[in-house]
Amino acid sequence: MLSILRTMWDVFLHVFKRPVTIPYPEQKAVLSPRYRGRIILSRDPDGGERCVACYLCAVACPVDCIALQATQDETGRRYPEFFRINFSRCIFCGYCEEACPTYAIQLIPEFEMGEYDRQNMVYEKEDLLIAGEGKYHGYNYWKVAGAAIGGKDKGEAERESPPVDLHSLLP
Amino acid sequence: MATLYIDNTPYPADPAQNVLQNVLALGLDLEYFCWHPALGAVGACRQCAVKAFKDENDTRGKIVMACMTPAADGTRISILHPDAKAFRASVIEGLMLNHPHDCPVCDEGGECHLQDMTLMSGHLARRYRFRKRTFRNQYLGPLLKHEMNRCIQCYRCVRFYQDYAGGRDLHAFHLRNTVYFGREQDGVLDNEFSGNLDEVCPTGVFKDATYGRHYVRKWDLETAPSVCVHCGLGCNISPGERYGTLRRNINRYNPEVNGYFLCDRGRYGYEHANSPARIREPLLRREGKTLPISKKEAVRHLGELLRNGRVIGIGSPRASLEANFALRTAVGPDRFFAGMADMQYRLLSVILDILRNGPARTPSLAEIERADAVFILGEDVTNVTPRMALSLRQSARQSARAAAAKLKIPLWNEIAVRDATHGQPSSPFFIAAPAATRLDEVATETYRAAPDELARLGHAVAHAIDPNASAVRDLSPPLGALAERIARALSGAERPLVVSGMSLHNEAVLHAAANIAWALCREGKKTGLAFAIPESNAVGLGLMGGRPLGEAFQAVGHHEVETVLLLENDLTRRADDATVNAFLDAVPHLVTLDLLHHPTSTRSELVLPVGSYAEATGTLVSGEGRAQRLFKVFIPKGEIQESWRWLRDGMAEAGRKEMEGWRGLDDVIAAMARAIPALAPAGNAAPSAAFRIAGQKLPRESFRFSGRTAIWADESVHEPKPPEDPDSPFAFSMEGYGGLRPASLTPLPWAPGWNSNQQANIKLQTKVGESGPGAHLGLRLIEPPEGKAPPYFGEVPARFMPRADRWLLIPRYHLFGSEELSRYAPTMMELAPAPTLALSPDDAKRLRVGEDDEMEVELEGRTDTLLIRIDTSLPAGLASVSAGMPPFVGVALPAWSRLRPAAGGRMLRMVS
Amino acid sequence: MILRTLIFIVGLLFITLTLAGWLTWVERRLLAVWQDRLGPNRVGPFGTLQALADAIKLFTKEDWVPPFADKSVFVIAPAIILIAVLMSFVIVPFAPGLLLANLNIGLLFFLAMSSLSVYSIVLGGWASNSKYALLGGLRAAAQMITYEVFLGLSVMGPVLLAGSFRLTDIVEAQQELWFVVPQFLGFVLFLIAGVAETRRLPFDLPEAETELAAGFHTEYSGMKFGMFFIGEYLGMILLSAMITTLYLGGWHGPFLPPIVWFLLKSSFFLVLFILLRASLPRPRLDQLMSFGWKVLLPLALANLLATGAVVLMRGG
Repeated sequence: MLSILRTMWDVFLHVFKRPVTIPYPEQKAVLSPRYRGRIILSRDPDGGERCVACYLCAVACPVDCIALQATQDETGRRYPEFFRINFSRCIFCGYCEEACPTYAIQLIPEFEMGEYDRQNMVYEKEDLLIAGEGKYHGYNYWKVAGAAIGGKDKGEAERESPPVDLHSLLP
Repeated sequence: MATLYIDNTPYPADPAQNVLQNVLALGLDLEYFCWHPALGAVGACRQCAVKAFKDENDTRGKIVMACMTPAADGTRISILHPDAKAFRASVIEGLMLNHPHDCPVCDEGGECHLQDMTLMSGHLARRYRFRKRTFRNQYLGPLLKHEMNRCIQCYRCVRFYQDYAGGRDLHAFHLRNTVYFGREQDGVLDNEFSGNLDEVCPTGVFKDATYGRHYVRKWDLETAPSVCVHCGLGCNISPGERYGTLRRNINRYNPEVNGYFLCDRGRYGYEHANSPARIREPLLRREGKTLPISKKEAVRHLGELLRNGRVIGIGSPRASLEANFALRTAVGPDRFFAGMADMQYRLLSVILDILRNGPARTPSLAEIERADAVFILGEDVTNVTPRMALSLRQSARQSARAAAAKLKIPLWNEIAVRDATHGQPSSPFFIAAPAATRLDEVATETYRAAPDELARLGHAVAHAIDPNASAVRDLSPPLGALAERIARALSGAERPLVVSGMSLHNEAVLHAAANIAWALCREGKKTGLAFAIPESNAVGLGLMGGRPLGEAFQAVGHHEVETVLLLENDLTRRADDATVNAFLDAVPHLVTLDLLHHPTSTRSELVLPVGSYAEATGTLVSGEGRAQRLFKVFIPKGEIQESWRWLRDGMAEAGRKEMEGWRGLDDVIAAMARAIPALAPAGNAAPSAAFRIAGQKLPRESFRFSGRTAIWADESVHEPKPPEDPDSPFAFSMEGYGGLRPASLTPLPWAPGWNSNQQANIKLQTKVGESGPGAHLGLRLIEPPEGKAPPYFGEVPARFMPRADRWLLIPRYHLFGSEELSRYAPTMMELAPAPTLALSPDDAKRLRVGEDDEMEVELEGRTDTLLIRIDTSLPAGLASVSAGMPPFVGVALPAWSRLRPAAGGRMLRMVS
Repeated sequence: MILRTLIFIVGLLFITLTLAGWLTWVERRLLAVWQDRLGPNRVGPFGTLQALADAIKLFTKEDWVPPFADKSVFVIAPAIILIAVLMSFVIVPFAPGLLLANLNIGLLFFLAMSSLSVYSIVLGGWASNSKYALLGGLRAAAQMITYEVFLGLSVMGPVLLAGSFRLTDIVEAQQELWFVVPQFLGFVLFLIAGVAETRRLPFDLPEAETELAAGFHTEYSGMKFGMFFIGEYLGMILLSAMITTLYLGGWHGPFLPPIVWFLLKSSFFLVLFILLRASLPRPRLDQLMSFGWKVLLPLALANLLATGAVVLMRGG
């Protein structure tokens, strides 16, 4: 009985507390860098596309709103031929970013993506690809991968010895 | 049945197998790399380590390799023992030291045995902080991509390529931890089964290069159980589709047919379904112009033609039973023509006669592998039905296996079997063919002669086995001796096998083959008689019946015909140009139902687009007589539908009642069973549309299938409803029974923790090598009858006499380029040889020509120019030309022709 | 005279209905304050026109009757609650002379009307023909029967003390001492019963959105839902007015005009109702019932007995 009254009193005391609500849009919220907002595709420090079209984001997506097709340039570098996110389905869970082995797909602190026409919420690669590295700086997947691409031959990745000379029998 | 104690739990085990195989068959998990059910155990990778104990009192035990340990009764092992686990973890860590950080860009990712095993052993983080060893890759041709950095040195590739498939140009090079698997130098892999390296390799060293060009992950493919259409063997495959195009074929395990391996034509032939030559909408020619029309208009036009009557139908040996039956129903059995060249038609009738009335049984490919004496008579098996050649190659090892068994070496112990039987002669294996074949290297003896001579040899062998068989007059003594040797070897075997085929277009050869097999049967041998059938449903069409095509050509001449319905057929491949042109000129209305544009379709009044093998559900009957269902993998864009649906719609439009109530494939099959009792069992070849597991349909998409809500979002953000499938128990979605089921119902094998095709497949089998209960392995429609055997074939052809001024042109088949559909696969055509005329060195000398010179071939009033190839194995008086390729498409062979060196041909070429 | 009454009726209707609508906004703002939020502050100054916006929304919504419902009863049910509650306002003495009908059975009339309003809930729940609505309706019936009993019993205290059912007499009798002092137990009982009667939290079991979707009005939408909604807030206002009248001396108070005192006291209870909602959890149905029958009813009877005895002793 008394606890009921105390509860009521405690609740009543909140009259003297300052509201935590931020009156958006007059006042913008300060979002942390790891806020899960709009999804972007980033570039590596050299300016190349980070995405290697490995399909892991697509398979991690619980609402299956990511579709892409892998292709490669003449030097063997993989990249997405198209990369489509249907934001009208996206739940911004960030699993795609978790799954991404190259830091290509990232969720950034921006959320103002409302549209009157649902069709406009389908983003293609040109809508997703940004010019910079996004949240993760300095990582270049191709520098650690064993596959050779243009400008990086076999044995030139980090912690790789030069290719074995098959014609030598020296130990 | 032995008892195997695994972690102190007794399990029933097969003592004839090793521990690893038993562990996997029991559904338990144990890491391994080098073992493969078809390649045996060699104990190379040290990954399947388990702790073995002497008895229940032994607490120390010792580490052994499960794959090298027989599952003798009372064997006690521990998979979970900390020592064994630590051992396996250290092995995998060692294997992974140099493995590149490639998974995101590796095509094996997601179906990688190495990924699975690494996770299973718990090796989650690399501790190695030093430099990784690297290799340069090789160019291995347009079919396979090489990425040596990924190799873990399990040796499976060379064991398959050299030991199993007989390849000579893939080796293990170099030493220590830098062992390199590749060719001596860059170049196209020579073996016709090289594509299997993709599936045999536990990681991504060899990958399907065509798949890599339009790569998607395994789990994103829409798949359904299917059957290869590039020859008459009916190998089981799983085609995969994404975004409306076919992406690849992989092997689908069928223990009685193809087992674990496919040929390269079957694996890469899928590209024809993506060809720009595909017909995707109905076309109508009006006033000389061919324009696309709507489906409704097309059906109306077809209905009108059907209503007018006087329709004949030409079926197809590459269309399904259901499609052919629909055509037969639409035009009536008397007006249904089989759609094969007359020669082919006659040969097929002979073959069916032999198989349906004679005592010899057509063996499955698995039975071919077990044959212990083989006689190939007049067939180049490797180039006509390649997968059969791989089985035949295994049969050559039967004597070695028998010897090993005598030494009490278990047959799974591959390394011991090979060591113990090294240098032993192979099983009796005789090849009689006009020229060298790829199987010659395993043959004990070969004989090369003109087709008629081959037939004479066959008859002589039959006569040597059973004197009641017709004797061969004026047989040369060496040939007689050879016949004796062959006869002795065959009668000395337990499971002799005679292989022949129709590629030489010679009836006498077939008769001779039948005589040999029947003679052996009379001796009480379980004799196999296999025929290489070049087209996927030729036997089905033969069982259905129908009149020869030549009669159709004549019928049109007599003005009895108003409309011709041409089903999935290119007439220019069935008869020579003059005949076809005369026919097409005389036909008032030609309707073609086909998937690809070809010379006949372009001359049609109405063209109706039909599904490729991956876009239609239907039944095919393989050369063995096995009816197998191929299921529609995806619904293609455009107005494509099954042939029988076009005909049904047209008939309904015409107001005809014959096809009323044909809603799904099962209705067609039921009608077929009523009309043609011989084909009635074909309906049971696969589950019907009503089949359910736990009340659920079976999904065509894996449970990991991605992009469901984005695939078509660029067209409309409102996702379409998945289409219904009235023809099969498979659903066009991820929904349905997700549990483990037999491989025949699992287009994309997967078991928890096992993602790679072949390895996951083993997990689906209750016993390694068996497909598990409820498996649909196809249904044999042809069995030898009980009772009295028919009399031997009598007429023995006369001796072949070379002529002074003419050469007997015989067809020569090529793995790539001879078969019709695979000619539309661009990657395969890269490998197809240019059409050539092969001559014996003597004849070349006589004609004063050399390799790569041009030769004019005069045949039935036409002259074609071909490049010359000198074939040292070819007997004089013969000339072989590339079959199925221009200019000798549809030309009736063998035929005598004049040869003339082309004037100035070499000069011209040098200038250009 | 009739004209004056008519104007008064129209005025009363206008004020009570407006007040009820506005109260929805007040409640949301207050809840927000107690939860450190802002609440609706967008429509009009400080969001005061939120209720108007809501009304427009409710009026423009599709007026939908589910095909499986009992159509006529479904339509009538929400009207009943509104009529019953509005009828009760007839006997509320806002200030001296400021009341519509000074019935000598005023209190009984109030009890009768409040009993009628429960039909609305039960019929609405029944006519919806859906499981949630039916469960809500059944709970309402059970809850009403339970709490109506000692609602009636608890008000007998003031009646005994004042010696009349006429509400003006009861107010007049509190000139010296508000009945809340001698009848404190009765006041508490009446307050609890009143909350239960208006189906406000913590006694909103017929609605119980966390378990029954929306209980009896699950199938209602548009203005039919609006009538249930407004009915609830009207019930709150009525109950605050009745508590003020019965226990807090009605319009009595120093310095300020009587009507202001009345409104002030009533407002206090309105805020209290909202505070109850903000702070207390909902009990289970069986807890609610046993609390009603096993605790409150004996207490109410004891209170009546003691009051009667005191009155007898003093009067006798």
